[in-house]
Amino acid sequence: MSNLVDARGLSCPQPVLLTLDRIKSLGQGELTVLVDTDTSKENVIRAAGSQGWQVKSVDAAGMEYKLILEKA
Amino acid sequence: MSGIQKFFASRAGIISVGAFIGVFAALLQKWGNPGNMGICVACFERDIAGAIGLHRAAVVQYLRPEILGFVLGALLSALAFREFRPRAGSAPIVRFVLGMAAMIGALVFLGCPWRMLLRLAGGDGNAIFGLGGLVGGIWLGTLFFKGGYNLGRSQTTYASVGLILPLIILGLLALRLIFPQIPDQPQSGILFYSVKGPGAQHAALAVSLVVGLAVGILAQRSRFCTMGAIRDLILFRQGHLFSGMLALLVFAFLTNLVVGQFKPGFAGQPVAHTQEVWNFMGMLVAGLAFALAGGCPGRQLFMAGEGDGDAGVFVLGMIAGAAVSHNFGLASSPKGVGPHGIAGVIICLAVLLFIGFTMRQKSA
Repeated sequence: MSNLVDARGLSCPQPVLLTLDRIKSLGQGELTVLVDTDTSKENVIRAAGSQGWQVKSVDAAGMEYKLILEKA
Repeated sequence: MSGIQKFFASRAGIISVGAFIGVFAALLQKWGNPGNMGICVACFERDIAGAIGLHRAAVVQYLRPEILGFVLGALLSALAFREFRPRAGSAPIVRFVLGMAAMIGALVFLGCPWRMLLRLAGGDGNAIFGLGGLVGGIWLGTLFFKGGYNLGRSQTTYASVGLILPLIILGLLALRLIFPQIPDQPQSGILFYSVKGPGAQHAALAVSLVVGLAVGILAQRSRFCTMGAIRDLILFRQGHLFSGMLALLVFAFLTNLVVGQFKPGFAGQPVAHTQEVWNFMGMLVAGLAFALAGGCPGRQLFMAGEGDGDAGVFVLGMIAGAAVSHNFGLASSPKGVGPHGIAGVIICLAVLLFIGFTMRQKSA
């Protein structure tokens, strides 16, 4: 199971849906999510938080964000 | 800046924005907008379609400044907070058709989700059936999401692509200023104005525009969305957006109580009809269309202001849908559904099911 979700260019609620699906199958560890809007960034962080996943880092590159989420 | 961002992404932030919209929507009614229609994205886009002559229903023609303010406010906010993201290319023609279907459904009910809430807040019991339909339509949408429905990715593109819809809106504002309303005249230059009916009821231009701009800025910051509110609750058991929607309802209700606009009942409600089934079905179609397109009609305007060209196409679809609704007798009136409204609902539902069942992607 890959620990990368590429949600760039996807409309709501796809970024959250993909992230939660992956979180469910991973259970724990580290997950990288790529998004390209601030709305998706906030939504993914909020949804991951509700599952006990923390934000390890947020990197902005041009018009994209690379979110690294983790759960120990 | 990050403090402001954090506030608007918080529960308190979204509740404040819902409360602001609820209070000012109710006040706009006091200041001249039609009953339980302080802000209605569907009705107001329909009035704009009438103002530029895309339909000629004489009672619903007015170039509503609130809608212009929504897009321009969201644009200003997105630019100020560096969130302007020019993007397009996620099945635009489908989004146009979704916009049309959403509008046709909304005009059978007589209102968008915002007006549904304002109707409830004003005591209009018919809106309960609209709420049921909206929830039902969004629930159907979540089934499609679970089945893999997806309109595909948009691409980052030229800034000018994201500016096209805001520029159209700026052009409409210019027309509104060049051709102001002439009392008791149905036309001013190339613009049409209602001399009676809901289109003739409106707050002053500056008031409508300023409230519209403020809502545009706040809603862009907080991502306020009435469809997302119900969708996230059903799909993720997550109540963030829903608390904003609830705040709109509660604060509009309280404002109505204070200014004496709360009149509970079913018959004789302003710009409403009492046909339960079609209030339900109209909003079911609209709710499914909003869900498949990823945002309520207000949110589509704000996303268009943020540079989302696909949301802009949805907005244009809604305006075209309004023209079709009135030209083909699909739109309801206080007397009940239009002569072809029921056929319109059935056809739109079939189109939406076709889109939902056939547009599935294996996620990468």
